[in-house]
Amino acid sequence: MRWPDDVHRALAAAGVRIVGYVPDAGHKRLIELCQADRKMRAVVLTTEEEGIGLVAGAWLGGERSVLLMQSSGVGNLVNVLGMVQVCRFPLVMIITMRGEQGEFNPWQVPMGRATPQVLEAMGVSVRRASEAKEVAPLVAEALKGETATAVLVSQSVIGIKSFQEQTEQ
Amino acid sequence: MKATLHRREVVQELLRDRKKLLVVAGLGSTAWDITAAGDSPLSFPTWGAMGQAAMIGLGLALAQPRRRVLVVTGDGEMLMGLGALATIGVQRAANLSVVVIDNERYGETGMQATHTAHKVDLAAVARGCGFGESKIVTTKAGIGKLRSAIHGKSGPIFAQVKVVAEKLPLVLPPHDGVVLKERFYAALLADVLPEKL
Repeated sequence: MRWPDDVHRALAAAGVRIVGYVPDAGHKRLIELCQADRKMRAVVLTTEEEGIGLVAGAWLGGERSVLLMQSSGVGNLVNVLGMVQVCRFPLVMIITMRGEQGEFNPWQVPMGRATPQVLEAMGVSVRRASEAKEVAPLVAEALKGETATAVLVSQSVIGIKSFQEQTEQ
Repeated sequence: MKATLHRREVVQELLRDRKKLLVVAGLGSTAWDITAAGDSPLSFPTWGAMGQAAMIGLGLALAQPRRRVLVVTGDGEMLMGLGALATIGVQRAANLSVVVIDNERYGETGMQATHTAHKVDLAAVARGCGFGESKIVTTKAGIGKLRSAIHGKSGPIFAQVKVVAEKLPLVLPPHDGVVLKERFYAALLADVLPEKL
């Protein structure tokens, strides 16, 4: 899987210094790359909502940041995205999808299905990477803008997760 | 023990001669408090995003490690985002202080009791999350010491200041989010650029 390396390069090229994340298996490699990058500060969050505060504060301080999360975390963002909209904070989120093709956990399905609508309802533009090669260019494009954009990484890109694979990780 | 400190006096004292201090305020009473102490472009009072004031402070502190950052927020606002204390503890942002002005009430919604009225000890939570210094402050002398710590001591610093539950005249900051954000950025840039050149 190369897309995380490509995304890391895109983040570095755009001068991203702060990366907020709630861990997700699909983001494992990218999180490790950001942690190992001495120019980046990887900030582990207890909930995705904290990431919005982090991004807003970092912007006020003149630094670019991105957020990594899985689709279930989008549900935790709803109210605080109001601040992004009303203050027009630039925001880039890379969201790995759950509840799609091959999902083993039915409890992931409702939020996965609602993710694009929830984001759009709160003023976030949604871009979809259905193939691995699409992820980094979409992230690079989002980083050029001053808008709020979410890049959704399809579950088919991440690969299918089973309980067996989970325990082996 | 009955609180004797008054919130406006506390915040006025903490922000006195604030120099290059960057200030974030939680929505509601603490936003009015920092404005009553004197509005500044280097203040970011929030009108929403309840629970995120401390995290905005963390983002700012990480982006500007050479500046001191103060978050002033209410007990209700802090309770909504307790996880932020754990996140700040992990990052050990030495230039960040979080001060909770604790009237043990939800002031904007009818003065209902918050968890702190039922003895929830936020300072103990912050200590458990890794804040090097974390105190409950109840006296004027304590406020003086807190002010010095905010300006100089290595953090992250946390204080829970017990204040009288009182309804006060509203002193409103600008409410346009873009104005608040852009004025902050411009003022900070004007400060920082000459240092970098």
